[in-house]
Amino acid sequence: MEKSITRAVSRRLNDLFTYAGATSLLLIKTVFWAFTPPFKIRQILLQMQKVGVESLPIVFLTSFFTGMVLALQSAYQMQRISAQIYIASLVALSMTRELGPVLTGLVVAGRVGASITAELGTMKVTEQIDALETLAANPIKYLVVPRFMALLIMLPLLTLYADCIGIFGGYIIGVFKLHLSPSIYMNMTINPLQLKDVFTGLFKSAIFAAIIVIIGCYEGFRTEGGAEGVGRSTTVSVVTAFILIIAADCLFTALFYFIGR
Amino acid sequence: MIEVINLNKSFKDNKVLNNLNLTIESGITSVIIGRSGCGKSVLLKHIIGILKPNSGQVIIDGQDVTKLLPKELNKLRLNFGMVFQGAALFDSMTIYENVGFNLIEHTDMDSQTIAKRVKEALALVGLSGIENLRPAELSGGMRKRVGLARAICVRPKIILYDEPTTGVDPIMADAVNDLIKNLHDKLQVTSIVVTHDMVSAYKVGSKISMLYEGRIIETGTPEQIKNTHNPVVKQFVTGAAEGPITAQNKIVNEV
Repeated sequence: MEKSITRAVSRRLNDLFTYAGATSLLLIKTVFWAFTPPFKIRQILLQMQKVGVESLPIVFLTSFFTGMVLALQSAYQMQRISAQIYIASLVALSMTRELGPVLTGLVVAGRVGASITAELGTMKVTEQIDALETLAANPIKYLVVPRFMALLIMLPLLTLYADCIGIFGGYIIGVFKLHLSPSIYMNMTINPLQLKDVFTGLFKSAIFAAIIVIIGCYEGFRTEGGAEGVGRSTTVSVVTAFILIIAADCLFTALFYFIGR
Repeated sequence: MIEVINLNKSFKDNKVLNNLNLTIESGITSVIIGRSGCGKSVLLKHIIGILKPNSGQVIIDGQDVTKLLPKELNKLRLNFGMVFQGAALFDSMTIYENVGFNLIEHTDMDSQTIAKRVKEALALVGLSGIENLRPAELSGGMRKRVGLARAICVRPKIILYDEPTTGVDPIMADAVNDLIKNLHDKLQVTSIVVTHDMVSAYKVGSKISMLYEGRIIETGTPEQIKNTHNPVVKQFVTGAAEGPITAQNKIVNEV
């Protein structure tokens, strides 16, 4: 009994370290190829359109509603102590430091991460990746680098956009439902905000971008077994990216908290 | 000349290639026959260096493919064309981009020259004027022929065909066979065709080798293979349900 438990644990640990090793290796190779010419500018621009511009509507909806909900929920507490005016600061800080980057990361992991794995997984099972190799094209350079560069640029931009929309959502509730003065609301939004609040959020979103692309591509590359395999890889990719985004968020939030003290 | 020496490849506990030895002569069409899943495609992928063996060598013009660095391997691959079983065309690209992929990526040719070469390659496979279509708009047979056009567009010295007639109707299969023969006659390339379609094997092959249990068990001209005394080869080429191949499978299943 003890032996079987030990064996199961050691197998799990082995799988975990293998996964961590393989994804780290893919990240290192991706960074290497990202700085090795020729640069696929056209591919990067195409991917920026696909992963960034096309994510604008969903990011708008999630952050707008989150900003509104955040304002309403905090109003519920703040009204008791007659401190409604602090709703503006609360929404601004929560959005820029935490909710903007994390929600955008999760939404993009669901939309873009899934699409990367499904696309690369289908390419793998239909031998298109083998075909790329036979045509002397490096699959990492050709498939991973453009997606990596595109999301590394677009996710922080999407996060910035989500921050603004979330704050706007809070503003709508604050001004039209809670009847706060627009100018005071704007002052209470901008005054407590420091540049570092925005930058820590953007830094985290760049880390999330790397997680989404590397996990998405890795799962795509190791897809086996036709349509069923593509479905399985896509699920694993999204779930893994979600967990890693939350874990990385926790790690970096703690790190910034202690650095900032 | 391509020499495969003592090639071994296992996937987990499944030994697919078992000390395989094979010599492919230059300028002729060699056919490798064998049952589905016996390792024919795996052998092709070793020849072009997509898969690494557990042990053994693949020597092409004096270079051991298994030991080449990625850069050297890519240089060697520019001499190859490979036609995949399902064509493996890139869905996100047009037929022009698919066929001209190698020229666009690896040469300094201007777009007019590339367009001319793509047009020539498509004309050779009997598909003119489809440059702007996407793979999803083509039938299975057309996709196979575009795959062939992509392989020949770089004017390779060696063309590898993975099950070129699988999944197409008999008339299209014969057209593909004719195409392989014509291309060989026109371009004088070394061709390796992997198939389990004996009609195709007899039609296109100058030499036929049978892969069984991870090894080449017989090599000969189409005539020699047709009149073989080897019971395993005989069962396969005649397509008999009863014989040593199926008898062994029965024993394995019973055990």
